[in-house]
Amino acid sequence: MVVGRDESEESLNQLFRALADGTRRDILARSITETPSVSGLAARYEMSFAAVQKHVAVLERAGLIRKQAHGREQLVSTDRARLQRAGELLDAYESLWRQRVAQLDDVLSPKGR
Amino acid sequence: MTLPITSVTQDPENLTLTIVADFPVPQERLWQAWADPRQLERFWGPPFAPATFTHHDFTVGGRAEYFLTGPNGEKWSGSWRFTAVNPIDSFEAYDGEDNAEDEFGPASMTFTFETTPTGSRLTGVIRFATMEALERTAPGMTEGLRAGMPQLDAILAGPAVSTEE
Repeated sequence: MVVGRDESEESLNQLFRALADGTRRDILARSITETPSVSGLAARYEMSFAAVQKHVAVLERAGLIRKQAHGREQLVSTDRARLQRAGELLDAYESLWRQRVAQLDDVLSPKGR
Repeated sequence: MTLPITSVTQDPENLTLTIVADFPVPQERLWQAWADPRQLERFWGPPFAPATFTHHDFTVGGRAEYFLTGPNGEKWSGSWRFTAVNPIDSFEAYDGEDNAEDEFGPASMTFTFETTPTGSRLTGVIRFATMEALERTAPGMTEGLRAGMPQLDAILAGPAVSTEE
């Protein structure tokens, strides 16, 4: 996690508050290596679903994690994981487009090459 | 053979892919390839899953509908809704899946066509609305790429895409 120099004091406070709690640090650590669901996380800790949801919300407000809907579940992931995954998927699309453009070139060249 | 691709730029932050390709044909000819569904289906689908366009109303508000047929007869359908069509300069569309009448499809596409000293240039900007949209449209495609085109693995710049469930 890189904190910019222009990061306001308030968001730094939010960040440190978010990291000051053991459960939240655990949730964050899990979200870096996997994409747990909020209900899956709730089952891991001896606290109510609502309490776990609250922890997730604090981490989200601090910009450490993000939630995404997946069917009826809320999945938790870190921005880093998200960006990495986006990169992987865009790689696949890039391959598709390279192929597509090569085919378009074939269509445009008279009687093939 | 010179490959027509000039550049492909990925922007993971904004879930955007920008493709620039130069072709040795006039701009009018390049536009035609997109306007004529019989030509379009010859390049839209990957080799292992050719595309069939069943509808191509290339006007603002019009729709294009197509399906890809995979090596084992699987079908993936898709549709576009055109939001701007300026022959022979540009067009914009939302790319939806399963011919759903989505108000906002999972991806928006903008294509611009220009005349260059050597022919014409196509610039495509594909923007996925959300990470889910990118995930949702990827599985069939990435599995297909793996099954049908092992040689593409070499082109994949990043780590292997995991599609195992």
